Amino acid sequence: MKDKTCLDAQDALRDVESGAAIFVGGFGGSGIPARLLAALLAKPGVRDLTLINNNAGAGETSFLALVAAGRVSRIVCSYPRMPGNDVIRERAQTGSLAVEVMPQGTLVERIRAGGAGMGPFFSPTGYGTPLAEGKETRVYGGRGYVLEEPLRADFAFVRAHRADRLGNLVYRRAQRNFGPVMCTAARTTIAEVDEILPCGALDPDLIVTPSLFVHRLLGSQQ
Amino acid sequence: MKRLAREHLAALVAGDLPAGAVVNLGIGMPTLVTDRLDPELGVQLHSENGILGMRLLQPHETADGDLINASKQSIALTEGAAIFDHVYSFSIMRGGHIDITVLGAFEVSCRGDLANWSLGADDPMPSVGGAMDLAVGARSVWVMMEALTREGRPRLRTRCSMPLTGAGVVGRVYADIGIFDVRDGAFVPVALIEGLPPSELGRWIDAPLRFEGEPRVLRVPHS
Repeated sequence: MKDKTCLDAQDALRDVESGAAIFVGGFGGSGIPARLLAALLAKPGVRDLTLINNNAGAGETSFLALVAAGRVSRIVCSYPRMPGNDVIRERAQTGSLAVEVMPQGTLVERIRAGGAGMGPFFSPTGYGTPLAEGKETRVYGGRGYVLEEPLRADFAFVRAHRADRLGNLVYRRAQRNFGPVMCTAARTTIAEVDEILPCGALDPDLIVTPSLFVHRLLGSQQ
Repeated sequence: MKRLAREHLAALVAGDLPAGAVVNLGIGMPTLVTDRLDPELGVQLHSENGILGMRLLQPHETADGDLINASKQSIALTEGAAIFDHVYSFSIMRGGHIDITVLGAFEVSCRGDLANWSLGADDPMPSVGGAMDLAVGARSVWVMMEALTREGRPRLRTRCSMPLTGAGVVGRVYADIGIFDVRDGAFVPVALIEGLPPSELGRWIDAPLRFEGEPRVLRVPHS
């Protein structure tokens, strides 16, 4: 049976190139794939990255170091105002970094649509606010809606608790957050986990992300 | 005149939450409501990062990095709690499954417009998070706020001057001068702090007022 375990973090990122769009899991400090971000920082020459993460890194050291090194050209997020994120504000103000802010539920649903093969969809969130400006709107059943587009990425870096070698994932507590949906909408999903187990060791009833969405695994032993 | 402190406001909100309600507390001042909840009420707190059923961490309990609320503070799970992903969590929020959300605000208009996410042109890093999803999706939106800005300008207004989070969504305001329902284009005083006569409300609120019965008097505790 296929074993998706990578040799090490650099092996996991072997085809991440300049210009890549990357989903980065995590809400606040929980569920951030810190080792994958550190490996991305250590990978020379990769720049012009788009990083999609709810809290614009949430103060995570490697995420901010990638921004400070000028290797990120765009951040897509919902809540970038986090302690320690000054470098993001500074680079956004000088125009060297684009920061796109959208409602958190819109970010989630755009990724869901991307993974689920949906086209654009109407959401009530943001209707009548500045975040709807320039977008198509429609009143349906007496309620206003904003047209939003699906969002996909080249890679998803997610954090989970346990995997089996085939790539089935279970998460620990609220670490789960964006992980499951991001896995569905990336061309290549890389999961950073505490433990990689033999196939059959995870109860199929409890698996949250099925293996077909996960392409590579980085365990704490690699 | 002595106004209500944030902790007193939190106690008022906690006392008004119906038994068994599913409640989402926004970041900032509303988080204080967690401290004041009577566990016997069976209110279930939802957090946007995929938690239903949380409580404060007790002093003897160890913080768990994977158990945080929307304000990124450490919390604990209640018995019967559930964990889910962001798709589920925002289906709960947008889909009308939250009974009451309590949010902070910069401004609220007499038509129920809410401004709480961006300072406008002066804001170096506007951050919306889940506020717009809660504003459109929760069955009731309550707001906890101060009545005046630091410069003394009313935050309860005919029109919001700051970028909106949602239009026509706020049903009730818990301010440091009293409690107001927002109905049919006016603020309706439900309760006012002691020493604030209804005739003087115009100094605090720059919007139409409508009295539907005598507002109750709120005693301001010594803090």
